Amino acid sequence: MLRIDREIVDAIVAHARRDHPDEACGVVAGPAGSDRPVRHIPMTNAERSPTFYRFDSMEQLRVWREMEDRNEEPVVIYHSHTATEAYPSRTDINLASEPGAHYLLVSTRDPEVTEIRSFRIVDGVVTEEPVQIVGADATAVQSYKFGHSPTRLDYECRA
Amino acid sequence: MAIDVRIPTILRSYTGGAKSVEASGDTLAALFADLDARYPGLRARLVTEDGSLHRFVNVYINDEDVRFIGAMDAKLSDGDTVTILPAVAGGAGPLTGQRR
Repeated sequence: MLRIDREIVDAIVAHARRDHPDEACGVVAGPAGSDRPVRHIPMTNAERSPTFYRFDSMEQLRVWREMEDRNEEPVVIYHSHTATEAYPSRTDINLASEPGAHYLLVSTRDPEVTEIRSFRIVDGVVTEEPVQIVGADATAVQSYKFGHSPTRLDYECRA
Repeated sequence: MAIDVRIPTILRSYTGGAKSVEASGDTLAALFADLDARYPGLRARLVTEDGSLHRFVNVYINDEDVRFIGAMDAKLSDGDTVTILPAVAGGAGPLTGQRR
């Protein structure tokens, strides 16, 4: 399961909406071994493309070194799909290179509702996991996906 | 000629879990050959069959991306640090060209 603060999810969604129709991407770092995503780092999509993303190589070096210096790791790696569902594509699966990370996908294909789902991707195997949003006003809600718009939050829970 | 090589998590199975290892070579190609002698199989994760750097592997000498300084022919000096990072990439579209 991915547990993540509402505030960080809101910032990720805002980033994805801002870069739409291009894919947005980034990292949420956290203390090594903690599985707690606490530091949101929006990254530049060097491809500036609606169908592909790649971290800028120099920015990635800087951010990865910074995480190492702070004894952090990339707890969440996120990117958006801007015309398709929030599910890892074949490309996402082939290129997944952080077996310890939660791969968070955000779909901005619907202008009103943002779909968010989280996965583990290890050796080509995709496993979806629940996302638990924690924070301010929240009763934590366990859900597999949720929709977001500026005025409301809709949770869709599966049993 | 000692080069400090930083190994990413996903490749530490080749280095017995080590985050950094020492190897030698006066070019990146020579360094990778030496690495492969010490840690068999590692080179194939970094270099394609035709001997060029994998498209989705980033390699840095100190603070420079080797793609801008000669790629496999990039020169190394004693005391340099080589950092290997798998590219973080993906997206909704199909992958074109070379696959990893």
